Amino acid sequence: MSKKLVSVLLAASMALTIGAAPVLADTVKIGVYEPASGDNGAGGKQETLGMMYANQSCPTVEIGGTTYDVELDIVDNESSNDKGPSAASKLVGDGVSVVLGSYGSGVSIAASDIFKDGGVPAIGVTCTNPQVTQGNTHYFRICFLDPFQGSVLANFANETFGAKKAYVLAKLGDDYSQGLAFYFTKAFEALGGEVVKADFPEGNSDFTSYITDAKNNGCDVFFTPTSTEAAANTIEQAAAQGLEIPLLAGDTWDSNVILNAAKGKNVQIYVTTFYQEGGDEAFDTGVKEFINSDSTNLANNGGDDTVAAVTAMGYDAYFTALEALKAAGTTDPAAVNEALWSVELDGVSGHIAFDQENGDAIRDSAFVKVANTETGAWDFVSVQTVAE
Amino acid sequence: MSKKKEIIINVALIGGLLLILFILERFLPATSMLFTVLKKGAIYALVAVSMNLLNGFTGLFSLGQAGFMLVGAYTYGVLTIPVAERANVYMYFDGGLIQFALHPIIAIILAGALAGVFAYLIGLPVLRLKSDYLAIATLGFAEIIRAIFQWDKLGPITNGSNLLRSYPSYKSVLFYFVASGICIALIVMMINSTYGRAFKAIRDDEVAAEAMGINLAHHKRIAFVVSSFFAGVSGALLAMYQTSVQAAMFKSAMTYEILLIVVIGGIGSITGSCISAFLFIILSEWLLRFLDTDTYIGSFHVPLLRSGFRKVVFAVIIMIIVLFFRQGIMGTKEFSISGIYHKITGKKKKEVKGGGADE
Amino acid sequence: MDWLSRNLPYLMAGISVGGQYALIAIGYTMVYGILRLINFAHGDIFMCAGLIMVYAATVFPVYISIPLVIVVTVLIGFAVERVAYKPLRTAPRMSVMISAIGVSYLLQNLALYITGGLAQQYPALPWISDVITVLGVTTKRVTVITPPLVILLVIVLVFLIHKTKVGMAMRAASKDFETSQLMGIKINSVISLTFIIGSFLAAVGSFLYFSNYTGVTPTAGAMPGLKAFVAAVFGGIGSIPGAVIGAFIIGISENIIKGLGWTTFSDAFTFALLIVVLIFKPTGLFGEAATDKV
Repeated sequence: MSKKLVSVLLAASMALTIGAAPVLADTVKIGVYEPASGDNGAGGKQETLGMMYANQSCPTVEIGGTTYDVELDIVDNESSNDKGPSAASKLVGDGVSVVLGSYGSGVSIAASDIFKDGGVPAIGVTCTNPQVTQGNTHYFRICFLDPFQGSVLANFANETFGAKKAYVLAKLGDDYSQGLAFYFTKAFEALGGEVVKADFPEGNSDFTSYITDAKNNGCDVFFTPTSTEAAANTIEQAAAQGLEIPLLAGDTWDSNVILNAAKGKNVQIYVTTFYQEGGDEAFDTGVKEFINSDSTNLANNGGDDTVAAVTAMGYDAYFTALEALKAAGTTDPAAVNEALWSVELDGVSGHIAFDQENGDAIRDSAFVKVANTETGAWDFVSVQTVAE
Repeated sequence: MSKKKEIIINVALIGGLLLILFILERFLPATSMLFTVLKKGAIYALVAVSMNLLNGFTGLFSLGQAGFMLVGAYTYGVLTIPVAERANVYMYFDGGLIQFALHPIIAIILAGALAGVFAYLIGLPVLRLKSDYLAIATLGFAEIIRAIFQWDKLGPITNGSNLLRSYPSYKSVLFYFVASGICIALIVMMINSTYGRAFKAIRDDEVAAEAMGINLAHHKRIAFVVSSFFAGVSGALLAMYQTSVQAAMFKSAMTYEILLIVVIGGIGSITGSCISAFLFIILSEWLLRFLDTDTYIGSFHVPLLRSGFRKVVFAVIIMIIVLFFRQGIMGTKEFSISGIYHKITGKKKKEVKGGGADE
Repeated sequence: MDWLSRNLPYLMAGISVGGQYALIAIGYTMVYGILRLINFAHGDIFMCAGLIMVYAATVFPVYISIPLVIVVTVLIGFAVERVAYKPLRTAPRMSVMISAIGVSYLLQNLALYITGGLAQQYPALPWISDVITVLGVTTKRVTVITPPLVILLVIVLVFLIHKTKVGMAMRAASKDFETSQLMGIKINSVISLTFIIGSFLAAVGSFLYFSNYTGVTPTAGAMPGLKAFVAAVFGGIGSIPGAVIGAFIIGISENIIKGLGWTTFSDAFTFALLIVVLIFKPTGLFGEAATDKV
């Protein structure tokens, strides 16, 4: 019986190996290293949608006088540091010229060395942790960083709400959540505020006690930089318990999951983000059309056509990669890496250029949006800038 | 076939395998998918064998493997990050408390040792428990360990919820094979020793084993500590393979994955665990990946294929194995040259080593 | 009064989530009582009930979707037993448990495939999802109605087990599997019925739980499932009142821990409690002392 099993498995694996498709000539591959499952699956999919739309609207690129077809090579890193490396290896093995991704800093760091050893440059799209690009020359990023985002939020809380005391709730074991909470706390305390810090464990969906805690401590704002899964529960329970103070969060909350959860409820939700819908009309209409054209796309965007900031960032990342390919004049990853340092373009999310130290985007402003609980859309609040 | 001849053939086989890997490494790029899955396969083979030592050979149903891997991975990471890098890695904790770095090999051994110490302490209360209760208690301990490592008060040592990274790691696939091979060989030697025989006696009948004069508590503790030691070592290797490590990934899902590898390989078969570890990793992380992408054959849109389908197919395969191939790939037998030799020549098979958990 | 309105929310959250754990815990404890199997898939069946409701509510009105969810969940529970556990009746216990882990893995991955990994928003059920004010504390009505509903269901269940013929068969099967078979009890029907009752209660639990905690994800059942199992062990596995009391204790203490500011260890505490109970009273608070059969 066991022999049968072995032979079946062997036959299956052989069939699969033969099935691998040959590489076409005059095609340049761009790797997409994004989560499609796990904690960050929702955000990863929206980011990938931006790249797919960009690829659809601009499927070719001229490199060194030849026109290449651009092919996106999409892998799922499962939001997991132990599954990420093999996904990254697949991209390197497939011979991609440059990699885009990931949503979530942890998986980006986990794959960083694989890309480095493979000699492939990577462009971080919305991984905001400073450690992604720190001390290396192959990882770039087009979004702002957590220290910046944390201080934007702290200043916003202080200026807009006159907040003196903040409740900070972060997810245990999540570097994004804890990191942003750390920078927020630092900036908020520097402004003379006081912070009550709490953690919730993985798989927790009961946030009632945290909300009670915030009330009992007399906090003025509730800062909770978490994934959208936890967010939906937090909002629901905050509304049910009549939490009157505003909820504040970072870029992950800029998602229609939040809007759906908040619609028709008595909550105030403010987020900082990279892009505000309406920032670029042509992009908005185009991407909405793209999302509505296909039921899978629609499902991946969470069931409606709200444009998430990460989608805009995914779109910009794709064009950043194309610029680098053009500037390099070849599809050789090493040359693309070299060219990336001096790439500049005006994306839908703003001007993109890299600093010459870590390859981080030079960005000094973030959008602050508020969830409109009646229309179920984001309303623009302000553009926040902070002098570091 | 004489025993001597068999040893020579086995040694030659292992040498041949390493030579092939050595040659492959000269010709294929280091980041090739093949090496990535082989490395992870070697690590999972070790942890599967260590779990098999407990579940298959001693009959102790423990679900704490992920917790001990976590201890190992963190020990390795914490002790080997170069001093110059510490300020970057422990950026929220002012560079952390520990300001030295050990040689990787020493750190790997310490990783196993610390996991062993944890196992010893946990074993004092829980090893008295019977089957399912032991399983659930060890599962609970793994969760507690995870919470402790993520606690921000311990941040100066563990870096709290943040990643450990920038520690040295060996790139060559040979290293993983040799390290994991040595550990598995040690486990095999233990199974074939008087200890191993005592373990099997405990598994088959605790009361009878005790009546024969086997000290139950002592032997169970040894099996538990040794198994955890190697789980710790494999955790260190996993940390090395990933180049960054975070406590959040050592969930009970990881233990279940390892348990499934043991079951697919055959509970009570060392070679079975090794073979299934490689099959599991290669299939799930490499060959079945195509199931996740929309595919067109000509103009025909292959149905069902989209993100997540790979995991469904994989889960179905696992259920089929669990239900219909209950013995797994190897059952309780071991893959051996003499076994094949006897099969080919039609001679009567020799008594094979090992033995099932359920006879 | 001030003290009360400050601390009542913790207690209410604890009692409510405890009641929801209790409904899941009964499924664990009954299956364990008869089959000596930790049904790892039970938490995932609970999650499936949540997901089915999400999809059913988009098509049908509530008065159709609620019974529909109950029926489909019961069918899933029944099918899981028939497909994954029944063929392994004579296999060692470890094989069955591994099969349960396999089913859990399959259900989670199926849910991941169907939902695409996105958290699904649970529909607001009329009446029970309404926001009300109790003693100055704002909460959902479900928080308040959970405890009496759970107690009512438990009374019915205990009555079923102690006063009916089929209940007697269940008790006999959990006392001695083989002998009860020899006595002419149709063991397979008894087991199926156990799974049906367990899944039914899981479905009811899912209405209450997800009305409060509205995000349904593929892993939404894992943690409540594990905690409910802990509750079952805590109360003495096999004992229904024990499971219910254990669940309330765990729900309440988990929220007190959070209220005290030890949020990092709210889950770890549950497991620590389990281990302490297992060591000092291995059969739980209300479990019968098991005699080892040699």
